[in-house]
Amino acid sequence: MGYFLFFLLAALCVGSVLGMIISKNQAYNALFLIVAFASLGGLFGLLEAPFIAVVQIIIYAGAIMVLFIFVIMMINIRTGIPPEKKKWTLYLSIGLAVVLIIELIVAIKAAFTLPVSTETLEAGPVSLGRLLFTKYLYPFEITSILIIAALVGAIVLVKKKEKV
Amino acid sequence: MIPANYFMILSVILFVLGAVAFFIKRDLITMFMAVEVMLNAANLAFIALTRSANSLDGQVIVFFIITVAAAEAAVGLAIILLIFRQKKTIKTEDIQLMKG
Repeated sequence: MGYFLFFLLAALCVGSVLGMIISKNQAYNALFLIVAFASLGGLFGLLEAPFIAVVQIIIYAGAIMVLFIFVIMMINIRTGIPPEKKKWTLYLSIGLAVVLIIELIVAIKAAFTLPVSTETLEAGPVSLGRLLFTKYLYPFEITSILIIAALVGAIVLVKKKEKV
Repeated sequence: MIPANYFMILSVILFVLGAVAFFIKRDLITMFMAVEVMLNAANLAFIALTRSANSLDGQVIVFFIITVAAAEAAVGLAIILLIFRQKKTIKTEDIQLMKG
C-alpha cells in the first residue's frame, strides 16, 4: 500500500512538472504546479511528517500559487508565448541535465547505505513546536523580521508613484 | 516502510527537471515556478533524511525554507510585475538592456 501510494504520487509529481515544461500557457503551468505541490504534500505525509505536509498544502499549493495566478491574471498576455527561436538552448539544457543528474546521484550515493532507524519518530506538531521555540528560537524570530522586510519591500516595489 | 533512497532519487529527478525548465522556458513567471520546483526537491531530500537520521531538525529547517520561499515569491512576483509595467513584456528575449 505504501509503495503503491509512493509511486502514484511520484508519477503525479514528475508528470505534472513535465507538463509544466511542455505546456505554453502560463495559467496551465500554474495549475500543473499546484498538482505537483499537492502530491509532494502527500509524499511528506508518507514520510511521517504530517505537519510539514499540511504546511506544504496550505502555504505552497494554497498561498504561493494563488499569488502566482493573481500575477498571471494581472499581466494577462493575450497571445501565447511564441515558440522558441533558439533551439540550441534546448540541447544545451539537456546536456546540462544529464551531467547534473549523474553528479547528484554520485553525491547522494552515501545516503543509500544509511541505516533506516526502526524506532518511530515523534513527529507531531507538539514536538516540532517545542523544538521551534527552544533550539530554533532565534532563527524563528529572525524569520519574522524577514517576512516584514519582504512584505514592505513588495509593497514599495509595486506601489505607483503619487503625482504631486 | 519505503527506504529513503526512493525519495532521494525522486528529489534528484525533480531538481533536474526544475533546472531544465529554468533553462528551456522563455517567460519570467514560468522560470520563477521552476525555481520553486527546485526548492521543493530540496525540501523532499531534507524530509527523507530526517526520517532516516531519526531527528526532527530537518523538519524545522524545511519549515523555515517554506517561510522564506513565501517571502521570496512575494518579492519576486513584485519585481516581475514591475518589469512588465516598464517593458510591457515578460519574455526574456525582449529584456536585453544589459546586452552589449
